Amino acid sequence: MKDEKTRSLVDQKSSNVVTQGVSRRQVLRGMVTSGLVAAGSGVLVPGSSMAFADTMKGTRGGKIKVASQSGSTADTLDPAKGSGSTDYTRQYMFYNGLTMLDESLAPKMILAESFDTQDAQNWVIKLRKGITFHDGNPFTSADVVYSLNRHKDPKTSSKVASVAAQMVDVKAKGTHEVHISLATKNADLPAILAVSHFLIVRDGTTDFSKANGTGPFICKEFQPGIRSVGTRNPDYWKKGLPYLDEIELFSIPDEPARVNALLSGDVHLINSVNPRSMTSLIASPLARVIQSDSGGYTNLVMRDQLGPVQNPDFVLGMKSLLNREQILNIACRGFGTIANDQPIPKGHRYYASGLPQREYDPEKAKYHFKKAGVLGQSIPLVASSAADNSVEMAQLVQLSGQQIGLKLDIKRVPADGYWSNHWMKDSLGFSNINPRPTADLIFSLFYQSNANWNESGWQNKQFDELLIAARGEMNEGKRKQMYVDMQALVHDYCGIGIPTFSSINDACSSKLGGYKAHPLGGFMGYMFAEQVWLEV
Amino acid sequence: MNQTISRLIMNRIGLGLLTLWIVSLVIFMITNLLPGDAAQELLGQSATPETLAALRTQLGLDLPIYTRYVQWLGGLLVGDAGYSMVNGMSIMELIWSRLPNTLILAAFATIVSVPVALSIGIFSAMYRGSWFDRYSNMLAVFAVSVPEFLIATIAVLIFAVKLGWFSALSHIESAHTFGEMLTVFAMPVLTLCSVLVAQMARMTRAAVIDQLSSPYVEMALLKGASPIRIVLRHVFPNALGPIANAIALSLSYLLGGVIIVESIFNYPGIATLMLNAVSTRDMPLVQGCAMLFCFGYLILVLIADICEIASNPRLRT
Repeated sequence: MKDEKTRSLVDQKSSNVVTQGVSRRQVLRGMVTSGLVAAGSGVLVPGSSMAFADTMKGTRGGKIKVASQSGSTADTLDPAKGSGSTDYTRQYMFYNGLTMLDESLAPKMILAESFDTQDAQNWVIKLRKGITFHDGNPFTSADVVYSLNRHKDPKTSSKVASVAAQMVDVKAKGTHEVHISLATKNADLPAILAVSHFLIVRDGTTDFSKANGTGPFICKEFQPGIRSVGTRNPDYWKKGLPYLDEIELFSIPDEPARVNALLSGDVHLINSVNPRSMTSLIASPLARVIQSDSGGYTNLVMRDQLGPVQNPDFVLGMKSLLNREQILNIACRGFGTIANDQPIPKGHRYYASGLPQREYDPEKAKYHFKKAGVLGQSIPLVASSAADNSVEMAQLVQLSGQQIGLKLDIKRVPADGYWSNHWMKDSLGFSNINPRPTADLIFSLFYQSNANWNESGWQNKQFDELLIAARGEMNEGKRKQMYVDMQALVHDYCGIGIPTFSSINDACSSKLGGYKAHPLGGFMGYMFAEQVWLEV
Repeated sequence: MNQTISRLIMNRIGLGLLTLWIVSLVIFMITNLLPGDAAQELLGQSATPETLAALRTQLGLDLPIYTRYVQWLGGLLVGDAGYSMVNGMSIMELIWSRLPNTLILAAFATIVSVPVALSIGIFSAMYRGSWFDRYSNMLAVFAVSVPEFLIATIAVLIFAVKLGWFSALSHIESAHTFGEMLTVFAMPVLTLCSVLVAQMARMTRAAVIDQLSSPYVEMALLKGASPIRIVLRHVFPNALGPIANAIALSLSYLLGGVIIVESIFNYPGIATLMLNAVSTRDMPLVQGCAMLFCFGYLILVLIADICEIASNPRLRT
């Protein structure tokens, strides 16, 4: 991921000399990257986050204040109920998971020592020994069994109840071993258990007014909708971590207020920065900007009579009509990366690098539209501010269409109610997908023939078979090949046009060390707490 | 106090209670019209029909609307506004954890704005047409017409980001000494006051001018009373009714209208609590806050009415 980023920067610079000169995006990017390097945060140091923690020693001590984008009285310390960046971040401060996802979204062991399986269906998890909860109790297999099983209880109202349902049997064997049997094969179990909802709580916990976890910080104060304060866990099992003595986390929902709080030095770290605020943040000596390329995207959805089942030529035409450079620079204000009509981003461990990049080709598009017989007709295109940047994208596509005689009639609809009234109902419209932790999850939620959110109503038997097979495949090489094949199928035939991947923008005080980009989400994938330090 | 006055006051209180009841009905009906419910909002994209139904039963959302209204109103009468659907805390507890913050902010704003507004209003009335009157008028119109989010944002940009004098956030927890209190409250109070002072000063000015043109002022003038004496001894008591009304109307804005100020300065007050409640569809909390705002408003208007009745010389015999 990190290497990719540096390389892409170089590529862009060299290609710019030939093409259109340096765009705003490249300037910002260059500054962002050089800012990171200058701050010594180790953006060019390869290796996992654990190795990073060992090699780059930060400064011990200090308190920081962190402002996130959302927060309300619904804030919770119950990992099963967490929603949004503030909850996830808070929970990673106080709890640990069995695993975590690194910058290439591959699972790393945390509370688990190993995940073993012969068939991807029956799993043996060995747990790390010598770890204690904040209340002094030792961490054992009973805690894991309780934490995982509570998701299946409807009374928990867990956000991942449907994911947990596949764990048909979770039982302890001895004090530090857990056996899990799945309903069907799933080689992704270690990655699935890395999401914040599966963080481990103490056996029998029902009261979540205080957190009792094994995490790097101890919950000192928790007031929903106001703030949470964590103090350093002196007995944390990861040596030397965390660096900070105290973290105060609260939300400032108003974006300009959040940026101003950072600029005035009142907070040390903010997330969800609007590209419009980037220039003032970059200009300030107090702050630096961290841009993470993510797997989130805004996509063009083609379905029904315009979709892949009834009209594959229209789909191919629209995909060739997407001027990706232009969409990235104008609609997304330069924040994002170019995509290739398939949902796995560059830097992901299963990214299909060999797939030819689809280019803007109006002649090819015209050929396909002619074949589909849609030239001269007026086709409604629904866009809304509910799907980020989709209104601007629609206008750009409309302009490209005009040049080859395709009439797109933009229908702009309100954001309120968009997801229930328009999403997956219009023949031609836009959608907005957040980053997901695994390739399997993206494909099974949005591309499988019988998926609830199969946005374009795509049906492909070969794809479905590959998806099931990949889920149970234990050989990493074969597994990757299957995901590459699935990406090729989506790229070629699915009624989804993905012009760009979006980027996640955080900003932090220039005094904050150790802060890195993470493709899963802001705040270093919500896990910054144990990794950052305050420079003196 | 004679009978007429007490009868009038009782009338006002009765009307207030009736209004409160109608408001409770309206609030309950309207909040039930909002699309989606707490169960859906809590579960979000991961909602399945089973978890939804379980959560609805748990929250009591499956009962018919009139049963829920009667239960809710009965609870309110004994000081129990129910429990938050989102985190299960008592509504009263939630409100009490935030209300003092808003009241402190409102108190600061009142302490600063009322004397300033009254002096400006009275002075500009006394010296009508002078440069002071004209400039204060112009400023007042300007302050009233500029939305407070703009005033607040510009204040933050200048005083917090550029100059670094004050904090961009208003963190009441970090204020322990009086000096810290001042820095915490300086900008929110400044923002609130710019609108409040302008409104109150203009209404005070109008009320005082109205009285200044009456015959008894002319008489006092002919008798040789000094301008200060005329205004303070003769005009002010007579203008008290309209002025009290003006103050009450402006201050009632402090209860509900501080939403923008609270959200820009990230102040943990009652307005942000209600804002949260709306976005999470936490109906009992929305209803509780709305009733509280309405109650506060009615109290202020009632006080203004009583002042007006009490200061009316025709009723004082």
